[in-house]
Amino acid sequence: MIALVPMIASTVVAATPLIYAALGETVVERSGVLNLGIEGMMLIGAVAGFAAARASGSDSVGFAAAAAAGVALSLIFGFLTLNLQTNQVATGLALTLFGVGLSAFVGHNLAGMPVERLEAITIPGLSAIPLLGDLLFHYDIMVYLSVALFVGVHWFLTKSRTGLTLRAIGESPGVAHAIGKPVLATRYLAVMFGGATAGIAGAYLSLVQTPMWVEGMSAGKGWIALALVVFGTWKPARVVVGAYLFGGVTQFQLFAQGFGLPVPTEFLSMLPYAATIVVLVIICRDPKTILLNQPASLGHSFHPTT
Amino acid sequence: MRLRIWNVLRASATALAVALPAASFAAEPLKVAFVYLGPVTDGGWTQMHDVARKKLEAAMGSAIKTTFVENVPETADSERVFRQLAADGNKLIFATSFGYMEPLQKVAKLFPDVKFEHVNGFKTAPNIVVYEPRFEEGFYLIGVLAGQMTKSNTLGFIGSFPIPSVIRNVDSMTLGAQSVNPKVKMKPIWVNTWYDPGKERQAADTLIAQGADAVGQNTDSPASIQAAQEKGTYAFSIDADMSSFGKKAQLSGTTEDWSGYYIAETKKVIDGSWTGNRHTRWGLKEGLVVMAPLNPDIPPAAVKVFEEKKAKLISGELNPFAGPIKDNSGKEMVAAGGAMPDATFSSLNWYVDGIEGSVPK
Repeated sequence: MIALVPMIASTVVAATPLIYAALGETVVERSGVLNLGIEGMMLIGAVAGFAAARASGSDSVGFAAAAAAGVALSLIFGFLTLNLQTNQVATGLALTLFGVGLSAFVGHNLAGMPVERLEAITIPGLSAIPLLGDLLFHYDIMVYLSVALFVGVHWFLTKSRTGLTLRAIGESPGVAHAIGKPVLATRYLAVMFGGATAGIAGAYLSLVQTPMWVEGMSAGKGWIALALVVFGTWKPARVVVGAYLFGGVTQFQLFAQGFGLPVPTEFLSMLPYAATIVVLVIICRDPKTILLNQPASLGHSFHPTT
Repeated sequence: MRLRIWNVLRASATALAVALPAASFAAEPLKVAFVYLGPVTDGGWTQMHDVARKKLEAAMGSAIKTTFVENVPETADSERVFRQLAADGNKLIFATSFGYMEPLQKVAKLFPDVKFEHVNGFKTAPNIVVYEPRFEEGFYLIGVLAGQMTKSNTLGFIGSFPIPSVIRNVDSMTLGAQSVNPKVKMKPIWVNTWYDPGKERQAADTLIAQGADAVGQNTDSPASIQAAQEKGTYAFSIDADMSSFGKKAQLSGTTEDWSGYYIAETKKVIDGSWTGNRHTRWGLKEGLVVMAPLNPDIPPAAVKVFEEKKAKLISGELNPFAGPIKDNSGKEMVAAGGAMPDATFSSLNWYVDGIEGSVPK
């Protein structure tokens, strides 16, 4: 059991950036917008967060800068897809390519520089509990905030009036518009929210997971976040379960290798993807689940006159 | 693929200079091109090649003209890059990643008068030469340090892909460690990527949690050094000195200085003595494999052993793969008194005794 503690701790750290990025994208997609630019926004967030934290010496400033950078990039996407009605898939892909290139360009001089890792916080009393303290109360603040974000997003999408409006817009923007709901404004805010969380997810990589900046450091995590949203059938709880599952199996396969398990490493490397797909397929055995949960207008441009 | 705009400009400027012979009085400079897998700022493998390219330019002056293309994936894209560089009049082209092997074979046939040099490959041709660092020497020395500094007698290794040139490194690190500490055990973890800081970090955390207190790596980021710094264990850099990521943690590491080789080969092309179908392996002696600075916390006695072994490797008195060597199932692979032939390195697929687990097949 003691041996499992570091494994679980690593799992949480591995899953946290995915949770931020995927929860943001859940809100974006629920409003009917498909933003494939997460990877690009994460990288921009990673480099902005790193640069700001280095310059200011404060991680909070780093995360704030990362969120702002993510929002800035998402606004480009918003303007193109919402105002100019460009194709969302193509624009999202372009945003990723743009973010990858821009972050490399901006971070040219930051490569190879260290930054202090965001410290884990200890909670007086709780952190000292044997086993449980190590397991639950030994993380950095961003881990706890990711849990808060989940609760917030879940409440927003299911209980709040604005959240229900957002979902209505995602299902049928025409109807929502006809009854006087602000389709464009809502979608803009959703896209900006997704940009902010993707930026924070990126900064989590460059300030917590591996406190450094290197080109392309997200290594495909943006795409995994995107897949988690679909497999989590646009429900925050399932998205979070998926993220932990993915992080857990990734961690498990490394541990298994360390123990000398005679399984091909290629198979083990595949395991996180396979396991996540299998479990989420089991969750939604009924083929209709994905279809029914998918926001009906996902990926479609909306113009008030159409 | 990202072709830097100034390279294009520089290439076209050169083309213009060639087209107007009246403008240039000196002999036409030899055009030398470099193809890189990563960005020149990667802080590792590619950067080392580019540093050497600059040294080559400084050493040869106006006799040559160099160009580089960075971020060239190991796919059909690279074939196009090689073809274009050859068509642009480059007479010597260095392909600095293993995965360019097949595209290079194709392009070399089309441009028989262009000379190609390929790193770490195993296919030569009348106009293709393969060059390779003797990394086993560097990793042997890493093992010598790890074996002396470990308290748990458990070492770790973060491997990229279980291919012969990487298995060679975990084998030689283990052999080096056993030469100073017969009790050591080695735990390798394969992450199946050259570069993913997050995954490398997790692998390092895992190894440390399983008791490995000196971890070598064959992946490209400094993530494992940061992990060791936080946990108070030891790690080794690769390609570049990464001590800025963990001053206490990094004991040493392997780096490369390619400039000597590049200058030698360029001179051969200029004086006409360049020949194809060669496979060159350079190590510590030739100055291609260079050890990163030693951590000042290493006790003097351990440094002494390290320096002795290093001197013996340079003089040729010590061969990392000298027999007897058994694989980890107990089978004798290299007989006592023998040594592993160079050609065997390109098909090495077994763990030496002392490494846990089995080579992923």
